[in-house]
Amino acid sequence: MNKEIMIFKRMQLLSLFGFVLFATFLMNACKPKGIQTAMGGDAAVKAYVPPGKYDEFYNFVSGGFSGQMSVYGLPSGRLFRVIPVFSVDPEKGYGYSEETKPMLNTSHGFVPWDDLHHIALSETDGVHDGRWVFGNGNNTPRIARVDLKTFRTAEIIEIPNSAGNHSSPFITENSEYVVAGTRFSVPIGDKQDVPINTYKENFRGTVSFIGVDPASGKMHIAFQILLPGVNFDLARAGKGKSHGWFFFSCYNSERANTLLEVNASQKDKDFVLAVNWKKAEEYLKAGKGMKKQVKYAHNSYDEQTHSASSSMENEVIVLDPKDCPDMVYFMPCPKSPHGCDTDPTGEYIVGSGKLAAVIPVFSFTKIQAAIAAKNYDGDYEGIPVLKYDAVLHGEVKKPGLGPLHTEFDANGNAYTSFFVSSEIVKWRLSDLQVLDRVPTYYSIGHLCVPGGPTKKPWGKYVIAYNKITKDRFLPTGPELAQSAQLYSIDGDKMKLLLDFPTIGEPHYAEAIPAELLAKNSTKIFKIEENKNPYVAMGEKNAKVERKGNEVHVYMTSIRSHFVPDNIEGVKMGDAVYFHVTNLEQDWDVPHGFAVKGANNAELLIMPGETQTLIWKPERVGVFPMYCTDFCSALHQEMQGYVRVSPANANVPISFSTGKTNPAPTNQ
Amino acid sequence: MKNNILNVFSLLLLFGLLQSACSGGVKKDYKAVDIQDLAKNQTEVHGTEIKEGEIEFKNPLNADMVKGGQNIFDLKCNACHRLTSEKLVGPGWAGVTKRRTPTWIMNMITNVDMMLEKDPEAQKLLELCLVRMPNQNVSKEQARDIIEFMRKNDGEQ
Repeated sequence: MNKEIMIFKRMQLLSLFGFVLFATFLMNACKPKGIQTAMGGDAAVKAYVPPGKYDEFYNFVSGGFSGQMSVYGLPSGRLFRVIPVFSVDPEKGYGYSEETKPMLNTSHGFVPWDDLHHIALSETDGVHDGRWVFGNGNNTPRIARVDLKTFRTAEIIEIPNSAGNHSSPFITENSEYVVAGTRFSVPIGDKQDVPINTYKENFRGTVSFIGVDPASGKMHIAFQILLPGVNFDLARAGKGKSHGWFFFSCYNSERANTLLEVNASQKDKDFVLAVNWKKAEEYLKAGKGMKKQVKYAHNSYDEQTHSASSSMENEVIVLDPKDCPDMVYFMPCPKSPHGCDTDPTGEYIVGSGKLAAVIPVFSFTKIQAAIAAKNYDGDYEGIPVLKYDAVLHGEVKKPGLGPLHTEFDANGNAYTSFFVSSEIVKWRLSDLQVLDRVPTYYSIGHLCVPGGPTKKPWGKYVIAYNKITKDRFLPTGPELAQSAQLYSIDGDKMKLLLDFPTIGEPHYAEAIPAELLAKNSTKIFKIEENKNPYVAMGEKNAKVERKGNEVHVYMTSIRSHFVPDNIEGVKMGDAVYFHVTNLEQDWDVPHGFAVKGANNAELLIMPGETQTLIWKPERVGVFPMYCTDFCSALHQEMQGYVRVSPANANVPISFSTGKTNPAPTNQ
Repeated sequence: MKNNILNVFSLLLLFGLLQSACSGGVKKDYKAVDIQDLAKNQTEVHGTEIKEGEIEFKNPLNADMVKGGQNIFDLKCNACHRLTSEKLVGPGWAGVTKRRTPTWIMNMITNVDMMLEKDPEAQKLLELCLVRMPNQNVSKEQARDIIEFMRKNDGEQ
């Protein structure tokens, strides 16, 4: 076939293709769309952010079992940053540099990994204020606070009397508290070594209220509430009229300790726990709390010393509902509730029974009336159970299969994710009518409307975070990408705009308008304010010092050399501390530092910062070191050598940059 | 061929538009603002251009300013510049106050991006050194102190 004919055939094909599209659009143009047309015709335009333009929202997405938090732009789905939180990150030296190691200290010692599930952006008056973002460590119970000026982890607090910190961090409307509810109930107190099948007698749950200092963001455990041994799952603070209350979903009211899949699915209803935390504060003030001896780590990072410190704390105050009436109530909620979400007005609390055929919506007004009238359905382990019908606003009937989580827009609508039927269902809070449904690909877990958990949802999009992506992306072996999907919610119908893969496994996420954060972003650390004890303030102060078996290298880096870059006098058995100060004062000019054979990682040092890498040479020789972050045209020249001599050698400490001395004859 | 693709594309666009036009009553509860400017005006200072005649010189030199200039030199400049005429990463400072006007030097310190974009002499230096003079976050006052220190280095009293 000659070339012309081939081109002609292709043109024919294209025209045919165009015609089919044309016809399809004609057919669809002005008729209501159903489930089939999830994909918006203008999807590309709506998700497109041209090169050089900023996105409209930052999306903070939990990294699940990666232990980190990722930052995407919306609507583009572009990944900007992975913030190391609970897991070490050799790329950034996080958890490897001497300055950052204390961040991952716990009462169990150094823990290099965790499972980060949920995100909570700080709020003032129920609206995002753009100061901090919190994340929970699920495995070794912790809460982290990330500073939104630097996009770095500023603080991590361990939660004692807890196991499986799933019901966390969720935040109150003025960031008074973040919370931590135990997914696993465990033996609490001195008697720890008990048979597992004594669960009902010995195992208890707790919910912890972690106070957040309004100026500095510093966390402290204000109090814990001792509760029956159920599994706390998710939580939300009340807001507006329900400010002062917190709601926790719980399952396993059967209190099973084995084969929960079956044994914790026996009862028709489990609970949502309603906590009156203002009341708890009163009891705390009145001295009703018991001081319990515990052990937990509290770590924070100082941006002036560029160093973390870790302290071990040993006391926590526990409130027991037995001594504190009217502080906690259970509300029956169908079939193993998961999500427990409060709407922007604070009136409605949406429970999502994973195995339920309805979505129950509770009314805060009715809850208050039921409490006042003591309209109880008995008690559970001494805690009053409110009558289901008395607190119910209503049920969304036949919404879908496996409801998990609900987010809200500013127009009185709710968006619920359905894991089993892989869809997002939009429904109206006032009359509980289903308005629209759209498929997700596949098995959606959490979802996010920008500002969805606040009093002022920004709306515009809903993002689905999916567990399964089979057939959506190119295959990559047995493990496939997990993903997010962006839908427009501007119109009456939700429209799919974009798929983008995520890191780790995404659970909860929040999104915040870019203008609330971009203007505050730190560009450099001022070198004049560097208070690291090992800083080299300018090349004049670069030096190498021996202290017994430790060799401290006070090193500087600037485009494109280290001072010193020739070091001799290190001996076998020494621990060499490279304290590298980046003298740059220009945005986006980090320097890296790596030395051959180091058993830890590299350093990545921001402008004006000092970071330390410890290196224990295990053989004699000359070892190269170099800058790992392409910094200038002469980056490849940014290198040096360290000489390591035998332990009994006679080589004195010496160091230089830019000097070539004549080779000595006998060293 | 090209035209054909373009046609298909414009058809797609047209019907995309038709479709959204028909969805009707789109409510925008979120007002998008221009966020391109937001990353500006922060701690990392890029100075404004210093014009001829803005800077005054006196003799004898101001000893405090000389000292201030030296401190900044030690912390932020001497990684790349020597006080002799030796070129390290950047040119040596010996004689710089004779070769360049004070405003040129100050703009090079506080306004590097502008200089490398506009100034032929600055561009020549980049070709020679191959490393962009970094913004070292030096204020106008500090830059003036550095000039005083350079004058001292060039033998002024």
